[in-house]
Amino acid sequence: MTQAINHLEMAGITKRFPGVLANDDVTIEVQAGEVLALLGENGAGKTTLMNVLYGLYQPDSGEIRINKKPVHITSPRQAIELGIGMVHQHFMLVPTLTVAENVALGLVTSAPVLDLKVVSKKITEISSSYGLAVNPEAYVWQLSVGEQQRVEIVKAIFLGASLLVLDEPTAVLTPQEAAELLNLLKRMAEQGRPIVFISHKLNEVMAVSQRVTVLRDGRVVASVKTEDTSAQELARLMVGREMTPRRREGEARPGRTVLELRNVQAANDKGSLALRGISLEVRASEVLGIAGVSGNGQRELAEAISGLRKVTDGQVFIGEREVTNRTPDKMIASGLGYIPEDRLHVGTISSFAVWENLVLKDHHRRPYARSIFLQNGPIRSATASLVGSYGVKTPTLDTPTGRLSGGNIQRLILAREISRSPSVLLAAYPSRGLDVGATEYVHTKLLEARKTGTGVLLISEDLEEILNLSDRVAVLYEGKIMKTLPVSEANERILGLLMAGVA
Amino acid sequence: MEHIIQQGLLVGVLATGVRLATPFLLAALGEMFAQRSGVFNLGIEGIMMMGAFFGFLVTFFTGNPYFGLGSSLIVGFLMGLLMALVSVTLKAEQGISGIGLYMFGWGLSGLLFRLYVGGITSIPGLGPLHLPVLSDIPHIGSILFNHNWIVYLAYLLVPVAWFVLFKTPWGLRVRAVGTTPEAADTLGVSVNAVRYQALIVGGVLAGLAGAYLTIGQANMYADNITAGRGFIAVALVYFGRWNPWGILAGSLLFSMADSFQLWVQVMGITFPYELAVVLPYVTTILALAVSVGRVWTPAALGRPFDRGSRG
Ligand SMILES: Nc1ncnc2c1ncn2[C@@H]1O[C@H](COP(=O)(O)OP(=O)(O)OP(=O)(O)O)[C@@H](O)[C@H]1O
Ligand SMILES: [Mg+2]
Repeated sequence: MTQAINHLEMAGITKRFPGVLANDDVTIEVQAGEVLALLGENGAGKTTLMNVLYGLYQPDSGEIRINKKPVHITSPRQAIELGIGMVHQHFMLVPTLTVAENVALGLVTSAPVLDLKVVSKKITEISSSYGLAVNPEAYVWQLSVGEQQRVEIVKAIFLGASLLVLDEPTAVLTPQEAAELLNLLKRMAEQGRPIVFISHKLNEVMAVSQRVTVLRDGRVVASVKTEDTSAQELARLMVGREMTPRRREGEARPGRTVLELRNVQAANDKGSLALRGISLEVRASEVLGIAGVSGNGQRELAEAISGLRKVTDGQVFIGEREVTNRTPDKMIASGLGYIPEDRLHVGTISSFAVWENLVLKDHHRRPYARSIFLQNGPIRSATASLVGSYGVKTPTLDTPTGRLSGGNIQRLILAREISRSPSVLLAAYPSRGLDVGATEYVHTKLLEARKTGTGVLLISEDLEEILNLSDRVAVLYEGKIMKTLPVSEANERILGLLMAGVA
Repeated sequence: MEHIIQQGLLVGVLATGVRLATPFLLAALGEMFAQRSGVFNLGIEGIMMMGAFFGFLVTFFTGNPYFGLGSSLIVGFLMGLLMALVSVTLKAEQGISGIGLYMFGWGLSGLLFRLYVGGITSIPGLGPLHLPVLSDIPHIGSILFNHNWIVYLAYLLVPVAWFVLFKTPWGLRVRAVGTTPEAADTLGVSVNAVRYQALIVGGVLAGLAGAYLTIGQANMYADNITAGRGFIAVALVYFGRWNPWGILAGSLLFSMADSFQLWVQVMGITFPYELAVVLPYVTTILALAVSVGRVWTPAALGRPFDRGSRG
């Protein structure tokens, strides 16, 4: 390992992007043996700050000091040499390479020939001493997100990281995996590493950190000791107002059936059966929650309904119409709205401008188009009002969507899908990676859709979300619906048992 | 009697085929590195023309084919560098800059040829390398071991390219920046530097492929001597699925079909000339079409790297 980092300070960091002040005079500090949590709404500037630390971006002003000495970090190579390791918000792994090859990529060697045996051996050592099970010979594309995360951590340690930054590491993990990761972070801090931990989940922050720095709109609004604060106070600091969880109101008055699945079967990417005969029904003005640990057929279910995956047996109906194996545009025309799990790649075209993504599904219809021409005036005014009413934070309507923060991309998709007033709205993990404020907002919007007669199919791992929003809950386990029950008969314990396959 | 002619024809077809594969192998192996690193270089044909021409020109003036060969390599290096400058640093659309490179090579070599040479002139070339024992084996000797050394080098480069791509740190970097440049970047790998290197390797090999046509095969220069071989080489990279062994198979398939149609014409066998000429192309297209299965392509192929852009 390079020299150990006992103290890191980022002082007065300012970073500007075209039209956005992402970091405005930000100062943070972390010491060996301590977990610093960075909190902030989507787009508050957390990732940007960490990218500055890692040498991916150059700050416009400010200074980084390691062990009280100023350092100039101009490239990731230098950050690695200084002992900084980072697990990025979007994993930085090459899927077509093996785990060992991914690690070896970061080594500086003058050796003309790769020695993967030595690399594999060291990976195995690290993985056993930290309890991070990884197989060095496996290809990354074969790994689950949880495994990929372990690879990222092993990679950082392998390359000599003394300080570890983890950018929303738990957003994609199952609750069990997240708990394991938090334990590991605590142990690593106890061994004398400084750790920077970013998360939107306040209970995790309370459990693992010693200190919390809260960012809002690129500025530090508070730096507090964890023991002197509470989850409620942190939420208030982050959003700037009190938070109340949203719940469905009023008795369900379900109307006609808007979505029906009869004995649907579908295969996963590897070709084995992922949906083994799913039957369900969503009525107008109700929310049907699909609870379950992800990986039990959720992705295949959402894709089968939206026309992205082939249904091998069974039938799908939207309203009265059978739409089994129709193309996605037929599904859209029949009244389906879709908030996909992978927002960056499936829900939007990241190089397209905000306005383009907003009209993507209706660009060929009036008033946005007349004969073969797009109508700029109506498009501009309609998209500007959507951006306003859904609170999408973007410098301009012409900004490429990929430049928005995760939470704002989600708002954009919501604006497009809900404003089309679909008869069925399929929402897959709609609050994953969102801050508490944005989550509250998404919930409000989903419930509004329910009120105006939309049938909502909500796929989620978050039991609180399921219990707060759904009228009925179905539990998905190994490609089958274990049970469907009214929410009045469900609680976390019952759902937990069903999710584990215990009837 | 008939039997002997048939046997002679077979040996002839095979021996010519082995030789004809040389420029395809060299150019396609080079292009493979460029594409593996994420850059699609459609200008290979132009580099080959320049390599062919300068190899010829310098040999013509100095009388020494090795000087000619050296200048082909230098020209290939410079053309690769030019492509890198335009497509990596300036981030120009790769398909367009490749066509630009082709037109540049085509125009410049044609112009210089008319200015300094003018007509068909022959030059000293590289003769076949006689290998003790091996060259004297009946049939096998004339098929495999009666060529000049660039031919042997091209075949030797197949396992070498495989080794470099899959067993060296540089090959690992090439594969990474062509698939997930963002990930390579966070590990301190300079994406653009690796792409420059891969394009230069591709340029040098294309220059050598061009030199082979003038110094190693024809011993002269004629307008459009490369005759689309650079474009075929690009297709062979796809055919070979970005793998040296696949490229070897594709090059041999194409060159054997080509050799067969040449011999058919030489032997005066009655067969429509036009059909014979398209035979290698049709064979390759058919083979490409029937070799089904999920096609893997370098995921970042054609996409310039920009750290600030997400997703
Ligand atoms: N490369 C870039 N070009 C332009 N703007 C950018 C770029 N990266 C980030 N931004 C902008 O900077 C601001 C801060 O973004 P950042 O990704 O740091 O937020 P974050 O706090 O990590 O949010 P999240 O919780 O959603 O991950 C956002 O407004 C974002 O749109
Ligand atoms: Mg972030």
